[in-house]
Amino acid sequence: MKIKRETIYGYLFILPWLIGFLGLVLYPMIQSFYYSMNDMRITPSGLQFVYAGFNNYLNVWLQDMFFIQELLAFAVDTFIRVPVIVVFALIIAMLLNQEIKFKGLFRTIFFLPVIVASGPVINQLVDQGATAIPMLDQDIIMGVLNSIFPSFFAGVISDLFNQIITILWYSGVQILLFLASLQKIDPNLYEAAKIDGGSNWECFWKITLPTIKPLILINLVYTLVSLANSGQNPIIELIYSNMFNATRGYGFASAMAWMYAVIIGIMLIIIYFVFKEKEPKRYR
Amino acid sequence: MSTKSATSLGGVLKNSEMSFRDKAEIIKQKMQRFLFGFNDRTGFLLKFTIYLLLLCIGFVYLYPILYMFVTSMQSLSDLLDMAINWIPSSLYLDNYRQAYTVLNVRPALLGSIQIALFPTLIQVAISSIVGYGFARFEFPLKKLWFGLMIFSFIIPPQILMMPTYRLFSELGLTGSLSAFTIPALLGQGLNSTIFILIFYQFFKQTPKSLYEAAEVDGANQLVSFFKIAIPMAIPAFIVAFLFSFVWYWNETYLTTLYLTSSSTDITTILLQLQQFETNYQALYPATEASPNRINEGIKMAGTVISILPLLIIYFFLQRYFVESVDNTGITGE
Repeated sequence: MKIKRETIYGYLFILPWLIGFLGLVLYPMIQSFYYSMNDMRITPSGLQFVYAGFNNYLNVWLQDMFFIQELLAFAVDTFIRVPVIVVFALIIAMLLNQEIKFKGLFRTIFFLPVIVASGPVINQLVDQGATAIPMLDQDIIMGVLNSIFPSFFAGVISDLFNQIITILWYSGVQILLFLASLQKIDPNLYEAAKIDGGSNWECFWKITLPTIKPLILINLVYTLVSLANSGQNPIIELIYSNMFNATRGYGFASAMAWMYAVIIGIMLIIIYFVFKEKEPKRYR
Repeated sequence: MSTKSATSLGGVLKNSEMSFRDKAEIIKQKMQRFLFGFNDRTGFLLKFTIYLLLLCIGFVYLYPILYMFVTSMQSLSDLLDMAINWIPSSLYLDNYRQAYTVLNVRPALLGSIQIALFPTLIQVAISSIVGYGFARFEFPLKKLWFGLMIFSFIIPPQILMMPTYRLFSELGLTGSLSAFTIPALLGQGLNSTIFILIFYQFFKQTPKSLYEAAEVDGANQLVSFFKIAIPMAIPAFIVAFLFSFVWYWNETYLTTLYLTSSSTDITTILLQLQQFETNYQALYPATEASPNRINEGIKMAGTVISILPLLIIYFFLQRYFVESVDNTGITGE
């Protein structure tokens, strides 16, 4: 059998990752899956295993009263936050990509969240309450919202208001990714479109959006995963506390983490199918 | 633009031959052009909104940093003085002098740069190669590997930490820089998946006909990777470098796990910052005679020192964003 050249090249190029995955990631993953099938204790004399089958997985759903609750809260939260972050980042990136004065200064300012959100500073900011809007009176906003929208919806919106600054802080990476992708658009394209009588609005939908659509997908993935795996996420805290819990133990925490990963995976697949790139039509 | 329209506006008003209605019409048009713009020129209103938005949101980001910076310049008496909020009474750099010694800046900076720079360079190079492989070629099991790569990204890293650590220590990777460089070399560095995805998408956008044309001209795969793919994806390289550098720089959990638990002399600024208070008390013990107490100002000075190098690097790199616009010569794709 003759192997196609393309196959060889493809495997050659992804070879480093493949070795790394098989050598450094797959084994810990299998191990952690094995943990999740066991009742596992970390004792001073070493690790103790008692085979438990899928009991841990059942217990995650049936016995833990916080997991489902937190999961639902997280799902609603993500459903709102992810689109808001991505749309906001896109708008800012487009503004920064325009001919503005002090471009370098502005771009440096909008890089700050990348540095801060991954560093130690963000915790200080959250502690000091600098991530909430100080000057807005919550009660008044709540009252207005309640009178306009049904109460569930009003709650969601006021939640969003509370988080708006946090959302701003977590959108630095996305802004930069969009900015990089906007750089790739040839300015001549806009010029040609303008000559043909296209408005800015049309240019956005016909030129900008198709070019950056792949990056939108990446940003959605990144936003979802970074929200899901951030240390401030209650589910991660739950997993952590179960890890060193006397009655639950590491196996239970592993099972929970695997369940959680599967659910995030399903959310990702949904996002992927909504934003899937359609096969480009070729006019030939 | 405003002065120009004002002079011509005056000319229109002085012109006595025109009727009042014509004048009003012209003025209206001029105002409209000024406010909403015409053709390529953006209108004043739009510009105003852009700057307003950028300034407001920029202020949100800038505020804590400014606060940090200002606080780091204040002496103890300034900090206690309720009247002094933003402008210190004098230029006070003593906080920085103390933070500099407490942070142990010279070895820590060296360690930080080592830990951030080498894995980053390796990671960016490897991610681009792997991303190219995924983007350019079709091969069996590609979807499976791609899916596994993404799944390895979404599984909470906290739960893999212990088995990974055990594996790494068995392989003898812990306790040295190779705990970071080897995974980066094998495409498993910090958030490697997102970099591979970025490169994947950027390389995918390059028109296939470019590669085909190069191959017709006799270029092999390596040549078309270096001569076509890389120049088209410069912005991706810049962002990947920046993110990777920042993330490695700010990483404290892994550095503590891999470096401090075994005896090494590599230390980073962020690790030093974590132990800031204890280090401070060891260096400046509080005695009856000299009330050496750590205060906000000194802590903030330490934090400013820890993020300053990143800002400088970014400021110099961001200009390449603009210069890397590519002109492919192939249109209609």
